[in-house]
Amino acid sequence: MPLTGLDLSAIWLTLELASLTTALLLLIGTPISWWLARTRSRLKGPVGAVVALPLVLPPTVIGFYLLVTMGPNGPIGHFTQSLGLGVLPFTFAGLVVGSVFYSMPFVVQPLQNAFEAIGDRPLEVAATLRASPWDRFFTVVLPLARPGFVTAAILGFAHTVGEFGVVLMIGGNIPDKTRTVSVQIFDHVEAMEYAQAHWLAGGMVVFSFFVLLALYSSRRFKPALG
Amino acid sequence: MRLPLSRLLAALGAGFIACAAHAAEVQIAVAANFTAPIKEIAAEFEKDTGHKVVASFGPTGGFYTQIKNGAPFEVFFAADDTTPEKLEKEGDTVAGSRWTYAVGKLVLWSATPGYVDDKGEVLKKNEFKHLSIGNPKTAPYGLAGIQAMEKLGLAEAIKPKLVEGSNITQAYQFVATGNAELGFVALSQVYKDGKITGGSAWIVPANLYEPIKQDAVILSKGKDNPAAKALADYLKGPKAIAVIKAYGYDL
Repeated sequence: MPLTGLDLSAIWLTLELASLTTALLLLIGTPISWWLARTRSRLKGPVGAVVALPLVLPPTVIGFYLLVTMGPNGPIGHFTQSLGLGVLPFTFAGLVVGSVFYSMPFVVQPLQNAFEAIGDRPLEVAATLRASPWDRFFTVVLPLARPGFVTAAILGFAHTVGEFGVVLMIGGNIPDKTRTVSVQIFDHVEAMEYAQAHWLAGGMVVFSFFVLLALYSSRRFKPALG
Repeated sequence: MRLPLSRLLAALGAGFIACAAHAAEVQIAVAANFTAPIKEIAAEFEKDTGHKVVASFGPTGGFYTQIKNGAPFEVFFAADDTTPEKLEKEGDTVAGSRWTYAVGKLVLWSATPGYVDDKGEVLKKNEFKHLSIGNPKTAPYGLAGIQAMEKLGLAEAIKPKLVEGSNITQAYQFVATGNAELGFVALSQVYKDGKITGGSAWIVPANLYEPIKQDAVILSKGKDNPAAKALADYLKGPKAIAVIKAYGYDL
């Protein structure tokens, strides 16, 4: 077996992190995307821009600010300490919080596009049939936006798996808690353990290829909208 | 009018050629812990010789990989003595150019004044949540920290509280931001002109860890560059050594 126990635990931890992050992002991202898609508020621009920030900011910026704000002297750190939760850096929960922020645009943007593509018409028709707002959302919007949800989930998951800079900066490289595959690969390369680095890095390439293959294949099944 | 102008141009041209022959540029790779001193030394060196130094800072293992894969570095200041030796054996250096430019000192440091006592009792009390350390697999100061804790018989007790930076700079950052109460860092990171610059610290006795010999070497890419040789010589001179010692290194 070319992979050590530490490698395997890093893989497992990464999958756990990505799954939890994706689930949370779908929960948080859906209302945000819906609001962004439907609102005429002046806040649409600023909120959209904040959500998209991680697309353009280097992970070092995000990691640095997360480290400072979540630390014992930062505002988030004060908040979590007042709740008796301690501080988030060096914990799995901290990585989840960081990843949710970092992968947010990859979930929100596909959802927002899907919601916008539905348009007003199907919702108005449903309303004339006396469907309540919740009814409309669950029986009209969700089925029509399904491809958007698939894309959002795949991208959110894959992007979290591929996260490196943020994890490196707030994780502290603790086995089973914050040592993800990307950090483990970095360690192997730094320690000149190229053989082990190859196994993990090659695995990432194959994994990412199949994830994207699934994504691009699923596009073919996208129903015509509008 | 034409003649003087062309003469002027010729003179200017000759001047440039002369300058180019004297002043060269040298690209160097520097271990993260030596960032501050080399900046100071390089500034002096540039003033004294007219050569120009272009420095990259980073982890020693990372530089090794880059050098093996064609990085344009001409002089390499490592955080250990094994990496330059390895490069030398593999034929990537100018033979006989390797020397020890500094011997690092390990310090247990906290950003909070009064947190670390001057005997390191805080380690035995073990009342902290996180102790930051450079990755012992790749960072020599990280390894030295582990050795010190082992010598004190505290390694097992503290292990669950360790958080690792990928290098000594990151280990320092975890402590400086207060996320780890204390950590093992390089004395050079928290020391200037004979005293600790802030927080509280315990300079770990040298008998608790293997000496952190930091070696430098001229790489094959720098073998024909006079500035590379000049910089190596400069680092061995009294001016540079004074700076190196002021940052808390031995020599």
